[in-house]
Amino acid sequence: MNRRTLLATAALGLGLAFGTAASAQGMDKVKACFVYVGPIGDLGWTYQHHQGALAVQEEFGDKVEIAYQENVPEGADAERVLTQMALSGCNIIFTTSFGYMDPTNNVAAKFPDIKFEHATGYKREHPNVSTYNARFYEGRAVQGHIAGKMTKTNKIGYIGSFPIPEVVMGINSYYLHAKKVNPDVELSVVWAFTWFDPAKEADSAKALIDQGVDVIAAHTDSTAPLAEAAKTNGAVIGFGQASDMADYKPSPRVASIIDNWNPYYIKRVGALLDGTYEQIDSWAGIPEGEVEIGEITDAVPADVKAEAEAMRDAIAAGSYHPFTGPINKQDGSAWLAEGAVAPDGDLLGMNFFVEGITGDIPK
Amino acid sequence: MLRLEKRPSPSRFWQGATPVLAVVLTMIAGGLMFAALGKNPFEAIRTIFWDPLFNAQFASYSRPQLLVKAGPLILIAIGLSLGFRAGIWNIGAEGQYIMGALFGAGVGLAFYPADHWFIFPLMVVAGAFGGWIWAMIPAVLKTKFNTNEILVSLLMVYIAQNFLSSMSLGLLRNPEGGGFPGSRNLSQYPAASNPELIAGTGLHWGVIAAFMAVIAAYILLQRHILGFHIKLAGQAPRAARYAGVNPTGLVVLCMGISGALAGLAGLFEVSGPAGQISIDFNVGYGFTAIIVAFLGRLNPIGILLAGLLMALTYIGGELAQFMLGLPAAAIQAFQGMLLFFLLAVDLLSNYRIRFATKKEAL
Amino acid sequence: MFGGIDPALLISALMVASVPIILAAIGELVVERAGVLNLGVEGMMIMGAVCGFIVSVQSGSAVLGFVGGALGGAAMALIFGVLTQFLLANQVASGLALTLFGLGLSSLMGQSFVGIRPPATGAVPFGPLADIPFFGRVLFSHDWVVYLSIASVAATWWMLKATRTGLILRAVGESHDAAHALGYKVRRIRMLAILFGGAMAGLGGAYISMVRVPQWTDGITSGAGWIALAIVVFAAWRPWRALVGAYLFGGISVLQLNLQAAGARIPVEYLSMSPYLITILVLVIMSSGKGKAALNAPASLGQNFHASR
Repeated sequence: MNRRTLLATAALGLGLAFGTAASAQGMDKVKACFVYVGPIGDLGWTYQHHQGALAVQEEFGDKVEIAYQENVPEGADAERVLTQMALSGCNIIFTTSFGYMDPTNNVAAKFPDIKFEHATGYKREHPNVSTYNARFYEGRAVQGHIAGKMTKTNKIGYIGSFPIPEVVMGINSYYLHAKKVNPDVELSVVWAFTWFDPAKEADSAKALIDQGVDVIAAHTDSTAPLAEAAKTNGAVIGFGQASDMADYKPSPRVASIIDNWNPYYIKRVGALLDGTYEQIDSWAGIPEGEVEIGEITDAVPADVKAEAEAMRDAIAAGSYHPFTGPINKQDGSAWLAEGAVAPDGDLLGMNFFVEGITGDIPK
Repeated sequence: MLRLEKRPSPSRFWQGATPVLAVVLTMIAGGLMFAALGKNPFEAIRTIFWDPLFNAQFASYSRPQLLVKAGPLILIAIGLSLGFRAGIWNIGAEGQYIMGALFGAGVGLAFYPADHWFIFPLMVVAGAFGGWIWAMIPAVLKTKFNTNEILVSLLMVYIAQNFLSSMSLGLLRNPEGGGFPGSRNLSQYPAASNPELIAGTGLHWGVIAAFMAVIAAYILLQRHILGFHIKLAGQAPRAARYAGVNPTGLVVLCMGISGALAGLAGLFEVSGPAGQISIDFNVGYGFTAIIVAFLGRLNPIGILLAGLLMALTYIGGELAQFMLGLPAAAIQAFQGMLLFFLLAVDLLSNYRIRFATKKEAL
Repeated sequence: MFGGIDPALLISALMVASVPIILAAIGELVVERAGVLNLGVEGMMIMGAVCGFIVSVQSGSAVLGFVGGALGGAAMALIFGVLTQFLLANQVASGLALTLFGLGLSSLMGQSFVGIRPPATGAVPFGPLADIPFFGRVLFSHDWVVYLSIASVAATWWMLKATRTGLILRAVGESHDAAHALGYKVRRIRMLAILFGGAMAGLGGAYISMVRVPQWTDGITSGAGWIALAIVVFAAWRPWRALVGAYLFGGISVLQLNLQAAGARIPVEYLSMSPYLITILVLVIMSSGKGKAALNAPASLGQNFHASR
């Protein structure tokens, strides 16, 4: 690349590389960059995004160049990191945490020729900003089914990170499907107020276990809850979260939700290469392969395993939606009528528990 | 056997030479670490120290960013250095920084979405007040009850952090934020924002405040009787009392100044580069500033340079991660080494090393 | 029973949760009694966590792992000791640098150990004792490190109170010049105290990565070292009070999670800031009593010593 041109364009605060100007023409080579909020060794959220980056490299070989930066704090530092990436010639930048929402849009305004992809956010203030997320609640439905069948104490638990729609949605889906197969089930929710703090996650799991909970689902990223469950010698089971967490097979980890970003990243970088790239708002799930159910182990009876897999397949085929009425809200008021399916808008702003869950969402 | 002999006054030559020596030593040790990680050490060192300043591709952006990153460090460190000189140990600047940001942003958000010229100045006052009041707690406890200010100011950091998460989940949470913790973005509320004043320079009010603080502290220490009292209280507390220095007043004053400056740094950061209150708004400026204050030898000009050097390793470190794929952890370890070496070679400016003629017990 | 929480389970949970901070706090207490303020506890803990984890995984032995953790913490303390005692660097700045360095280095060392399970640290077999109602669960159901942490409190208390070593240590912390004049080797004594503090912090860190969480991830100690520092102050430099302080801090975090799990609605942030407020209150009460003597703070805390001759 021409150094002088770079200098000039950089000084003007404009985009780079003339090839990108008209995306309809496609590109010979793409530099894809990733910004991570945690370390790539977290074995959870960031690890899975990095797997996606590696999959892109694998898929396109010489035609792409991958660069990434880990442990980028949300806020002022993110904006600088993004700008430096843009200046270094990235053609597409994936920002993989909610907190990068404003920095992504701010930097996108300065570099109209570079594509920005923001995970889990909702702001697309400029034509070069797309957003993407995954329908994790679909996986929670399968977990809920297993939990309802497997619990002996009829107490199941959920370690929440923050009281945001994403998490509330997961809790509701988990509870509804446990309740469906086990009307006596009770759900305890512990809010850890962190995405990643192994010691606190372990303490949360222990608190749930001490309350008699024997199936734990976590919305936090480390394997600590599973490690805590492992100390009970099989009395308590749990699920892999974000990543497969296969080290804890066959028990306590009896199944998992895997965030598989590979198809999305390959699709988007591929579109940039062949010139079909467009701004989108993507929310894909089990059908598209973005949410995967990790192997259901032999710790789960064969019939329960078969039912869970049937549910997964029905979701994949589009014949079953985890939020299908009748469903009432916690206060007893009607939400979904018989046979009605939850509109995406309701899910994305979900700020209520469904009927039967005790306790409040912290305000 | 080697023996140390205290110099009557710090050596001017070594005061200038030790930072250079420390940087060279760090480059050698860090280079070895980078080589052990399988990276080209020369390339890594060049990326950290040279590229942010002179790389054709980045420098026009990174150079001003140095000011953005160094601004809060310098502003806080200047305040701390006055207390440190007087032997008053405020190590809770991180908490004062948080409270400044909370007070300032709170005032700004209370007016949302009104547009008045006085909103931002009022926020500045509120920010300084937030930091000041948070520093006054350890100060008053020290003067009234003789409690140790190191410990109380440190404890106040944790309390401030809990306040911060409570505020970003509750009172200050953005009602249009979809339930996510964090306030409205102040950079999108012009009356309350602290933008870049001249495009492409990185200059915002916080940076200007930092420069003003450097100049004010320099004049205070060189020319003003108060500066003399501060120095005297640190070097010879008993003499200071005979000279009419009021120790209570000095504690309240030094803690107050450092708290207010830390609060200002928080306010300028939240309304400018960071943009919003969020649970992890504080990224350790208050603690890093303590290191900056010492690296700058508690001297205003030294602090200015030390702040810029710290900022350089942050920004160069980011570049090295991204350009060379160095792990973030290697950069952290590298910064740690730089600090160790700077602290270690400082010995040379205060002590003379002698070869003792006869064996002596130390 | 209150709020649907079983007190026996709660107490036994908080005893386990408090082990890392007790160990680290006892180490720091000895360091501060010798007149040295090492703010790098977090850095030493995390190095202990990573070293302990690596050694235990490589050797397959949990005991060797804890030895490795202690050595890792002590190695970090050695850097601090050389800087502050021999090169006379400022203690506050050196401690902070130690934390920064430890966080980075531990993450580098641990890179290839992410996601592995360490060998188990077994519970001490108390046989039928563990079946006694309430006390069995609370007193006789733990792994050996829990008992070690309590034993270390007792040993430190005895050492400070009743032995010559303790007397010398306190003398050095109260007035290094006087101690020097009496012929004590101030620097050597402080160096040993610093190394002890590092080893204890390392043990505490190793307990986190090997027992409490059992895994290695970056930043696993997540602030435990800073809490240990606060506890030393809360304890007014007395070992048994450090134990109480650690149980108070550990207890409140365990209690708030248990209350949530039991379905109680509580303001989490205010509960978690309460131990710090209590600590400040305790400090105020103690120091306002009979002047500085009552506070018990080592008089030379944080000051460097240089024998001018």
